[in-house]
Amino acid sequence: MTGPGHADAGPGTPLFEARDIVKKFGEFAANSDVGLVIQPGEKHALLGENGAGKSTLVKMMYGVMQPTSGEFFWNGARIVIHKPAEARELGIGMVFQHFSVFDALTVVENIALALPPEPMKALSRRIEQVSESYGLAIDPRRAVHTLSVGEKQRVEIIRCLLQHPKLLIMDEPTSVLTPQETRVLFETLDKLAQEGCSILYISHKLEEVKALCDAATILRLGRVVAHCDPKAETARSMAEMMVGDEIAWVERKGTSAETGAETGPVRLKVDHLNLPAASEFGISLKDLSLEVRGGEVVGIAGVAGEGQSELMEALTGEVFSDRAEAILIDGEAMGRAGPTRRRLAGAAFVPEERNGHAAVSELTLSENIILPHHTAERVATRSWIDFGKAAAWAKRVREAFDVRSATENPAAGSLSGGNLQKFIVGREILREPGVLVVSQPTWGVDAGAASVIRRALIDLAARGSAVLVISQDLEEIFSICDKIAVIHHGRLSKEHPAAEMTPEKVGLLMGGAHPEASEIPAGEVAL
Amino acid sequence: MIVLEPRPQPSRALALLSPVIAIGLTLLAGGILMALMGKPPLEALRIYFFQPFEELWMWITLPEGEREMWLYTPAEVIVKAIPLALIGAGLAVCFRANVWNIGAAGQYTMGAIIGGWFALSAPEGASGLLLAPYLIAGVLGGMAWAAIPAFLRVRFNANEILVSLMLTYVAGYLLDWLVRGAFKDPLGFGFPQSEDFQDAFIMPVLVEGTRLHLGVVVAILVAVALWVMMGRTMKGFEVRVIGAAPRAGAFAGFSRDRTIWFVLLLSGGLAGLAGAIEVSATVQQLQPQISAEYGFVAIIVAFLGRLNPLGALFGAVILAISYIGGENAQILLQLPKAVTGIFQGMLLFFLLGCDTLIRYRIRLMRPARG
Repeated sequence: MTGPGHADAGPGTPLFEARDIVKKFGEFAANSDVGLVIQPGEKHALLGENGAGKSTLVKMMYGVMQPTSGEFFWNGARIVIHKPAEARELGIGMVFQHFSVFDALTVVENIALALPPEPMKALSRRIEQVSESYGLAIDPRRAVHTLSVGEKQRVEIIRCLLQHPKLLIMDEPTSVLTPQETRVLFETLDKLAQEGCSILYISHKLEEVKALCDAATILRLGRVVAHCDPKAETARSMAEMMVGDEIAWVERKGTSAETGAETGPVRLKVDHLNLPAASEFGISLKDLSLEVRGGEVVGIAGVAGEGQSELMEALTGEVFSDRAEAILIDGEAMGRAGPTRRRLAGAAFVPEERNGHAAVSELTLSENIILPHHTAERVATRSWIDFGKAAAWAKRVREAFDVRSATENPAAGSLSGGNLQKFIVGREILREPGVLVVSQPTWGVDAGAASVIRRALIDLAARGSAVLVISQDLEEIFSICDKIAVIHHGRLSKEHPAAEMTPEKVGLLMGGAHPEASEIPAGEVAL
Repeated sequence: MIVLEPRPQPSRALALLSPVIAIGLTLLAGGILMALMGKPPLEALRIYFFQPFEELWMWITLPEGEREMWLYTPAEVIVKAIPLALIGAGLAVCFRANVWNIGAAGQYTMGAIIGGWFALSAPEGASGLLLAPYLIAGVLGGMAWAAIPAFLRVRFNANEILVSLMLTYVAGYLLDWLVRGAFKDPLGFGFPQSEDFQDAFIMPVLVEGTRLHLGVVVAILVAVALWVMMGRTMKGFEVRVIGAAPRAGAFAGFSRDRTIWFVLLLSGGLAGLAGAIEVSATVQQLQPQISAEYGFVAIIVAFLGRLNPLGALFGAVILAISYIGGENAQILLQLPKAVTGIFQGMLLFFLLGCDTLIRYRIRLMRPARG
């Protein structure tokens, strides 16, 4: 386990230190003079908005890429990490945001791939030991495609733990977990830290960082802007350090149910929608029903991969339902109509993936206007495209939603995530659609853009539209929705008024508990 | 140390410059090759690539009466460029949709077969008006052949590259079999060839003393029409979106299957048209050798033209010059015929290499010390 440069460290020597790290991509500096100090057994948060340089820094720490200049120290000795294998040898483990597991293999087979050869039986035993001592329940013989997302993450963590890391890097680990699963993860991390393993925890969920971490380094635009003790800060003060500005927090003034405001007629109705899975590892939709009235924002919560993308494709018309009456838009049966007819009926859609689904990154913004608007907004007449009209639309969206770019009509791919998302949401909202379905409206966008987008969704509903938000972000759901339903294994719970819901209750539903069984104590949920 | 570094944005200038650099590198490497074979490199390159231009210059500068003979070679370049441009423009659209029709040679052959069948079965003394249905028969032949990979791709997700490529050989052997059987000229002394086409089915020559024929007008019209389609119409937009991001195409309500059918039938139909035009204008009968390799060379044409139908006109002229140059090199330099293929291969090789520079730039770096 001793790597190059391993030296006996005196007391007080940090486990890991980065000094003056610079990483340039051409002219662009993703990291400038970044410093980071991690003490043994410390739970250290790395905070920053998307594009602040967090991923770049940890990729260099894990040997995936090399810094342009600057130095790393391990127990006080200078090190150069050429590749991930060297990082692992030193004792650096990493759990990536996107799991690198093979669905067709079992848990033990997946783990064996990452380790030096050893008999499967012995490895299974070691997996069971680790899983028991850290509370990471998993059966090594199960096929990975039968696991929930949270369980897949456990496979990744166990894989790291089997290599006895001294520093465990976790990249946005809770974005796929229910609140209950998050709590179990935090217990594991606490136990690891008590045993002396340091944790570098990358996140933008500030409440979690406050609960878990005892030190934080905050990055903004590639530079360290603050070191702080998260327990001594508020979520808001840390958010402002991340953004470098005061933030307008979006909150519903009071849901329609609370204020007694009138809601309109049902504008979007999903009626016993069934859809078989498109592939072996896909999710089938089972008997989904839902109503969204004019003036309402309804949220669908759920961890990733529970059928949200399948539901979204059924709603946009990219995939047809079994019956036309399964989806009604303003009373019209649209279950077997394509996206264009649904748009003509007054619906608008914002899919989760910005690049490659909601927009084509190679095309310009005005060309991306044509994607949804060619027929619905007559940007093309018969078969001829009216580029003037498309450009005028793009200009309106850019102005109304403050989309910032270097040039007048740039390629969509050159915009930052937040700006492109504002463009995509704005493109649909400026149509004044009767029904808007949005998936992950603020996933991976900066706090400023997120607040603009959430505000716009609430305002659209206030003007009488029905807004359906599919999101994994519970904070978001609670801050903008009037009613909340939860999707789990392709089934949708009944929608409940937001005022009657708590994160705990939603978490139970996300974990698969029955809607009417909310009296089950949290501890007994299958985790 | 030389490092390839991703550009923040793909370079538009280099997308256009890349073919020019590739042509330059091909000339350079060609010169070295010539020198290694013991030929004077500059003279060889002059014969290979610049002779048609020199002769065109003679035609422009000499007075009437002396200049006519100098037009023949430049006109031959255009004659060879016609089928290349027709096929290349269709392939440019097809490749834009991320659909890889590699079997244009087979569709070209089927165009010649179906067109030839129509011409050979017409009664004696057919009217010149039958040239139009003859060309349409060629288009239908190419479309029918391209419909096979389209159907298999849409229905069974079969790889269109393999299916279309394999069908090329089927078409080639079908032609071979026909000219030895059903289409064989009874008075042909047993040669595997059909009767000569009647005059009605011969492409009209535009300039006397050359073989320059009406096909050049067709090729230019097709290229311009496809260029307008790609730039201005919903159909072209659909093709571009489906090619760049199929899921975004679905979001926009475009059918991927319809687009696959459309681009394969379009490129197949144009390849069939090229086949019908070519046999009618040059060999004027069916025989086993009808230059079906144009179908493969047109792939280079499409890429050299930046997958733009108008660019395919430019690419077609460059590749046509390489054919004429190859013939000149055989006569004047005693080089083997294979040299044409070598030049064309080098051109594609350098082009694909240079295209890296659109997304990446080369940086000289001092090795990092570690």
